[in-house]
Amino acid sequence: MKFTLNWLKDHLETEASLREITDSLSMIGLEVEGVEDRAEALKAFTVAQVKEARQHPNADRLRVCIVDTGEQEVQVVCGAPNARSGMKGVFAPVGSYIPGTDMTLKAGKIRGEESNGMLVSEREMGLSDEHEGIIDLPEDAPLGAPFAAVAGLDDPVIEIAITPNRGDCLGVRGIARDLAAAGLGTLKALDSGPVEGSFESPIKWRRDLPADRQGACPYVAGRYFRGVKNGPSPKWLQDRLRAIGLRPISALVDITNYVTFDLNRPLHVFDADKVKGDVVMRFAEEGAEILALDGETYRLDGEMVAIHDDAGPEGIGGVMGGELSGCTEETQNVFLEVALFDPVMVAKTGRKLGIISDARYRFERGLDPQSAVWGVEVAARLVRELCGGETSHVVSAGELPDTQRQVSLRPERVRDLGGIEVPAERQKEILERLGFAVEGSNGALTVTPPSWRPDAEGEACLVEEVMRIHGYDHIPEVDLPRESYLPSAVLTPAQRRVSAARTALAWRGMMEGVTFSFVSEREAALFGGASQAMHLDNPISADLNVMRPTPLANLAVAAARNADRGYGDLALFEVGPQYHDDTPQGQATVAAGLRSGEEARRTWAAAPRPVDVFDAKGDAEAVLRACDAPVDKLQVTRDAAPWYHPGRSGVLRLGPKVLAQFGELHPRVLKALDVRGPAVAFEAFLDAVPLPRAGRQKPSLLELSAFQPVSRDFAFLVDEEVSAEKLLRAARGADKTLISDVSLFDVYQGKGVEPGKKSLAIAVTLQPRDATLTDQQIEVVAQRIVQQVTSATGGTLRG
Amino acid sequence: MDNLEQLQSSLIDRVASAADLESLEKLRVQALGKKGELTQRLKTLGSLSPEERKEAGQSLNKVKEAVNAAIETRRGTLEEAALEARLAEETVDVSLPARPAEMGRIHPISQTWEELVAIFGEMGFSVAEGPHIEDDFHNFTALNIPEEHPARQDMDTFYLRPAADGTRKVLRTHTSPVQIRTMLAEKPPIRIIVPGRTFRADHDATHSPMFHQVEGLVVDKTTHMGHLKGTLTAFCRAYFGVADLPLRFRPSYFPFTEPSAEVDIGCSREGGELKIGPGKDWLEILGCGMVHPKVLANCGIDPEEYQGFAFGMGIERIAMLKYGFPDLRIFYETDLRWLKHYGFVPLEQPSLVRGS
Repeated sequence: MKFTLNWLKDHLETEASLREITDSLSMIGLEVEGVEDRAEALKAFTVAQVKEARQHPNADRLRVCIVDTGEQEVQVVCGAPNARSGMKGVFAPVGSYIPGTDMTLKAGKIRGEESNGMLVSEREMGLSDEHEGIIDLPEDAPLGAPFAAVAGLDDPVIEIAITPNRGDCLGVRGIARDLAAAGLGTLKALDSGPVEGSFESPIKWRRDLPADRQGACPYVAGRYFRGVKNGPSPKWLQDRLRAIGLRPISALVDITNYVTFDLNRPLHVFDADKVKGDVVMRFAEEGAEILALDGETYRLDGEMVAIHDDAGPEGIGGVMGGELSGCTEETQNVFLEVALFDPVMVAKTGRKLGIISDARYRFERGLDPQSAVWGVEVAARLVRELCGGETSHVVSAGELPDTQRQVSLRPERVRDLGGIEVPAERQKEILERLGFAVEGSNGALTVTPPSWRPDAEGEACLVEEVMRIHGYDHIPEVDLPRESYLPSAVLTPAQRRVSAARTALAWRGMMEGVTFSFVSEREAALFGGASQAMHLDNPISADLNVMRPTPLANLAVAAARNADRGYGDLALFEVGPQYHDDTPQGQATVAAGLRSGEEARRTWAAAPRPVDVFDAKGDAEAVLRACDAPVDKLQVTRDAAPWYHPGRSGVLRLGPKVLAQFGELHPRVLKALDVRGPAVAFEAFLDAVPLPRAGRQKPSLLELSAFQPVSRDFAFLVDEEVSAEKLLRAARGADKTLISDVSLFDVYQGKGVEPGKKSLAIAVTLQPRDATLTDQQIEVVAQRIVQQVTSATGGTLRG
Repeated sequence: MDNLEQLQSSLIDRVASAADLESLEKLRVQALGKKGELTQRLKTLGSLSPEERKEAGQSLNKVKEAVNAAIETRRGTLEEAALEARLAEETVDVSLPARPAEMGRIHPISQTWEELVAIFGEMGFSVAEGPHIEDDFHNFTALNIPEEHPARQDMDTFYLRPAADGTRKVLRTHTSPVQIRTMLAEKPPIRIIVPGRTFRADHDATHSPMFHQVEGLVVDKTTHMGHLKGTLTAFCRAYFGVADLPLRFRPSYFPFTEPSAEVDIGCSREGGELKIGPGKDWLEILGCGMVHPKVLANCGIDPEEYQGFAFGMGIERIAMLKYGFPDLRIFYETDLRWLKHYGFVPLEQPSLVRGS
């Protein structure tokens, strides 16, 4: 909402400075977004007179002018064709900044003649593109006066943000009322009394609405103006409209715009000679078309109220008037519309048609119903003043809705809810200044909100009104009382796991990304796809049109992007959501990671190694370990999702629960996303990891043995398909008390091992507890190990 | 005797001139080994008379000791020399770079999340979370944002495709639906913060279709706007690390709070650089207010008995202000260069008591 300082002063009697006014606006909830003080920008430019303009001796197109600035006479070289003796123009002295040329003036000589300043054009002042010549001011322009004042540009423009509840401040008068309540002056009286009509309007208002939809347009009023003259509006009106960014059109149209912004009362004027029959408020015919004032044709539907005459729809209720019955310079007879519409109906209509208009903006925020009464008078006064002619009596249809209601305010609520002590008398005074009627002073106040404040619904609203005018600065800072002396746990175990997973992966050298929850349908399809329900109805672009089935999709895309920038060796992870359906249970927290290229940077100390599936497995296990999953008890199966390499991927399971999957990314996925391989990835499903039992978990008691452990190596020849896990499990099970560790240290195929077989070598550590092991005891265990492994795997001990 | 002295001096000479440990050892064996010269001579003592044996024995032992001592001395010298040689040989160019062991980085959004938890945790808040895909009730209606309300239209809501019954789920436009979920599930007193993802259909230099908010909610019987101011003042001062940071509350409007306020923090922009602290300018950072009685009632909480405050702010915004990240969009691009530069090493969780 924009307005000028002088416009505000039409309604507000005040001595306050611009600064005081803008500071107050922000502090009463009308946030100032900007102040444009054009006089400040034009300060250097003053009215001057050219005493003498003579031909430059050395240049055909230049003139040497002696300029009287009001303080002194200076010589200026000027190239404008209209520079002439005796004229009044606008002078910029040496040292001033010229916005149009982005230069600061310097004294100098032009072709040998001194020049101390400049006579400027509109373009040079940054006011317009006009550059035919220097500005030619009227004879009576006061010498030495600031140009801004002479040109009517000395009126600062203030722009404020209006919150949706304060429709009443979409008119300058509402803003003035708030400022007056805040002590910045007094609200001037508005001349909205009746304007005497002299004849019956030949056009009448009618309403034709179903009984249960009367509220769509409860009331409409109008007037007929006969014999008006619709030329350009006066300069003061044009200046105001221009200042707030509106284009003056004609006196009649400018009046409607002016009243809209001045009093928050949208109006519409019909060219009465183009209206056929009476005008009727009713729901539009489904599919009816109307050419609106913006030059576009709109298709209406049966939920929209339109203004109809015998020819069809002539206006879209609360949104925009029609072009065919609109006023033009030739208009002589005018019919005025001052209506009330249901805010919801207007909002829906505007949204469906895609029209954003000043009228819609105001109607959907709720108008003062009384404005339909005084609106016809205010409009009539302006039409009569600016366009002459005769005014009819008021015609209307429907009834003004009764919005009067009472809200009770217990004065202590301002203290209890707002934290500020404000005496009841002061509360009453604030509310009254805002136009609320207040009864009672002891105990609860009975408050009647004014008709222009549909937002004031309950006690809390009144508390807010009192507080914002009294001043939020008075709110004290009070410590929130502690519920206990020491804070208790802030995070749930599941939330801690997210932190732990992040930390564990970052420690493994991976970079954390935070990526969008949506991906493209194509990307999603590579990772299991997104169901119909996971499609956005209004995506911002086709690249972001479905909810992601896994964060891995985003990481793979990011990997390709980084590789394109020359960073192909990378390790990325994200701990974030994936979406399966639209229920709260359909969202799961996943830690996903991706490594591509070489495992380590190329260095002098070691050969680089391409990443492989075991990097990803290690990452997955690290995350699970960080989340307290019993990693040693997990089984590995080979049924990872299809976006992994089928032969180089696995699933980590705890009983029936899938805790993670890992593997090389499928070459098809890499190709589709342009990811440079090799690339390995994992997804750990944090929600699937069982939560620890409540209470502090103690570690099992540590037994330190006094006896040296013994290590023995075994190599087994097994079929290729036998999993290492099976062999290790068998070996570990051979003697659960004595065997403290089994590790696999060699996998061999090739010379000496027949095709279809492989050699797996393990080191078994035996930890005696009671006495040093004898050779015989070791031998017994060794035999058990061989026996267990061969029976479990069908392998043989390698000789 | 001459013979013995000669032997001694000859042995000692040879020891002294032994070139390396190997030849010294050979010499030792020759002189003192089982078949060594001195050992042989000692063996011959048995054939002497006790008197002679004693004298000859003593002399021989003296020679043996002297040779032994000479060997040990020489060994020491040679060992020292060998060590020196080895050390010289083992010298490496220590200016070579160490083996790379890159530590990863934590994303600034996660770091800020942890900072929020650390500060509000000290004030007795716990962390609540909720689903990103919401229904109309939790995201709008219960929060006193009816259909066709201008505030709803302003939100640029993302919708999912309509279900069979025509209803459309939304991507939550704010973290406020978690207020509703919490109040429906728990009895007051309630004291939570809700950090998380939020979504709006808007994409330009300063808007991202996905961003993060943190919501705060306190509901009990006595909490008023002074507590809100106290809480946010304490938070902002701790978070930005500016003990005298001024805050300004301005009246505003949110459908789910009344009275409502926007909060500015003090700053200065001298020399084109934004500095947070006491200064001439103000910077808007969050919205807040007292929970609207209708919202409480919508959650089955009696607004005549209970009241409280709520606030919400953008996590990216406060991170950008604190750490000076210049651009919003790159937050979500997983650009290695950016992550490495602006990310945080995972050495320490933020904590007020540790001063981090």
